[in-house]
Amino acid sequence: MTPSATPSSPRPRFADAAREALADPASRGELRGSVAAVRARRAAAVAELPDWGELRAAGSAVRERTLLNLDALLEDLERAVIEAGGIVHWAADAAEARRIVRGLVGAGEVVRADAPVLREIGLTATPLPDRLPAARAGVCGIDFMVAETGTMVLLEETGAGRACLALPGPLVAVAGIEQVVPTWRDLEVFLHLLPRSAGGPGGAGRFSPAVSTWTGSAPGDGPGEFHLVLLDNGRTGTLADEVGRAALRCIGCAACVHVCPVYERVGGAPYGPVRAGPIGAILTPQLRGVGSAANASLPFASTLCGACAEVCPVGIDIPEILVHLRGRVVESRRHRPVPTPELAMMRTVAWTLSDRRRYETALRRGTRWARLLARGGRVRRLPGVLGLLGRWTDARDLPVPPPRPFRAWWADRPGGGAR
Amino acid sequence: MRVALFVACFNDALFPGTGRAVTRLLERLGHQVVFPAGQSCCGQVHWTSGYQREAADLARGFAAVFGGDDAPVVVTPSASCAATVRRDYPRIARAAGDAGLARDAEGLRVHELSEFLVDVLGVTDVGARFPHRVTYHPTCHALRALEVGDRPRRLLRAVRDLELVELPEAGECCGFGGAFAMKNADVSVAMVADKVRHVRATAADVVCAVDNSCLAHIGGALTRLRAGVRTMHLAEILAETETV
Ligand code: SF4
Repeated sequence: MTPSATPSSPRPRFADAAREALADPASRGELRGSVAAVRARRAAAVAELPDWGELRAAGSAVRERTLLNLDALLEDLERAVIEAGGIVHWAADAAEARRIVRGLVGAGEVVRADAPVLREIGLTATPLPDRLPAARAGVCGIDFMVAETGTMVLLEETGAGRACLALPGPLVAVAGIEQVVPTWRDLEVFLHLLPRSAGGPGGAGRFSPAVSTWTGSAPGDGPGEFHLVLLDNGRTGTLADEVGRAALRCIGCAACVHVCPVYERVGGAPYGPVRAGPIGAILTPQLRGVGSAANASLPFASTLCGACAEVCPVGIDIPEILVHLRGRVVESRRHRPVPTPELAMMRTVAWTLSDRRRYETALRRGTRWARLLARGGRVRRLPGVLGLLGRWTDARDLPVPPPRPFRAWWADRPGGGAR
Repeated sequence: MRVALFVACFNDALFPGTGRAVTRLLERLGHQVVFPAGQSCCGQVHWTSGYQREAADLARGFAAVFGGDDAPVVVTPSASCAATVRRDYPRIARAAGDAGLARDAEGLRVHELSEFLVDVLGVTDVGARFPHRVTYHPTCHALRALEVGDRPRRLLRAVRDLELVELPEAGECCGFGGAFAMKNADVSVAMVADKVRHVRATAADVVCAVDNSCLAHIGGALTRLRAGVRTMHLAEILAETETV
């Protein structure tokens, strides 16, 4: 069996995919149970450390420093890997990465451990147990790469990636260029941050049960033949964005995923193949652009509740980046020959709100209209022609404005008319 | 103290009772309330929906009304508007490349009501009486953007004859999220359904918060289900001096 790309079919927009996911109550229940368990383990593992805040700050600082210095660190890494007998490949995009991997592992039996970066390039996992005896080559992801020594670090629950190390043929590791850590000393902080944030069942959420490190293909340490595929796939472009770049600090713990109230209800599928949950919503549109309706819908797949930023061990302000990317989506549509209805509406509303007389006229008119639609003190169903408001009243009533706005009451107070 | 009220456009139109309650409350505590009539909207919805230019226009308008050399102390009964001004205005200014707006934003002195009462005035007992069973929903902006913590609860605990009951899973979002409630209506409804379930489990008469937008969402689901639980802004409870 040879690795092959998952055929990419056009994905639906988030809201449509989510509707489908919500319609399956059985899997919803299961998902909520497992998410709650991870969340609880994470909370307990984090609460144990009184200096968690300092660890987070240290981790954020290392990641930020790494991103600012990425060029030089990657050169160091490449040199160290080659010195230790490994071979380094650079892949500009997913297709090139797949081509490189396919060329390296050949046509024999291949084990592929599951990793986000492998899903990103369209390589899915091969189940381990029944494949392993016949397998020759292995493909795995990497958690961290230590630049000073060229060492690969893999933190796992089950050791599927570690099994690849024992195979007779070549081992091919794929990693995003941002996954580098300058020194072993810097690595230390992530060995605490990652497992505790991940809240896995092993090691009571304190430590990863299977930690593997190897350096090139040095005798006694590492596989017989080692290849490292360093993947760009949109990362360089992301790095150039002052606000959005923070997404590349991610260490892949999925803490943000497991606290997300949206993910908890719809699961990973609506986010597409790159990454699920809040990190997927900020990473996918940056790596793949906002050209497709599906990717453009991702920054809007959040209430901006902030639960993700609160737990992220490397301090990524996910809501800030979501709002930033919403701006990018809106900008990309601003110059269409015919403005989108939403743009026209938002412009009109801003124009109305930015002038006192227009605002007060609109208040009076809006109040009159809304009160016409009200039944028994609330607005129960709005006709579909009202578009988005109609989506609100599918399951919720709308409040009805009282006959007089606040400012009318104020103006009637003694001396209320004056500023 | 002389206090400028930013009522928020949403409250101006839909929840004028909240603005009246803030006025009554602050005057009862001996302060002078002014209402700058040029105010409208802080620009929150435009900003969070990606309409950065329009948000910058509205932010400039806000700064013109509430800023300047003698910028007044501003109080608002909307946690999300306070968060927009304090946390997002510098970002809006940066996105617009408007250094003047960034400077003006720095000079603004905007407080959410519970912050103002507890931190600026140093009071928790505002002399209110409200003989009902109440549960408090910490809205996401209050909890995670402003970090008002237990200030609203402390204020509620000091209200005479009020029975405060803890809301299960209180910190979870109600699913409103501005345009999210419409653009992702199905997920939003699934979220508010759980919030409403938790509210009903408390057997409270009233669910209280420091933001009417979230309360309108929760309330919209409660009245649709004819759940018989009222929604009330914190200000309205603190303004009550019911003696019956
Ligand atoms: S963005 Fe999410 S997955 Fe990445 S480090 Fe932060 S919490 Fe973990």
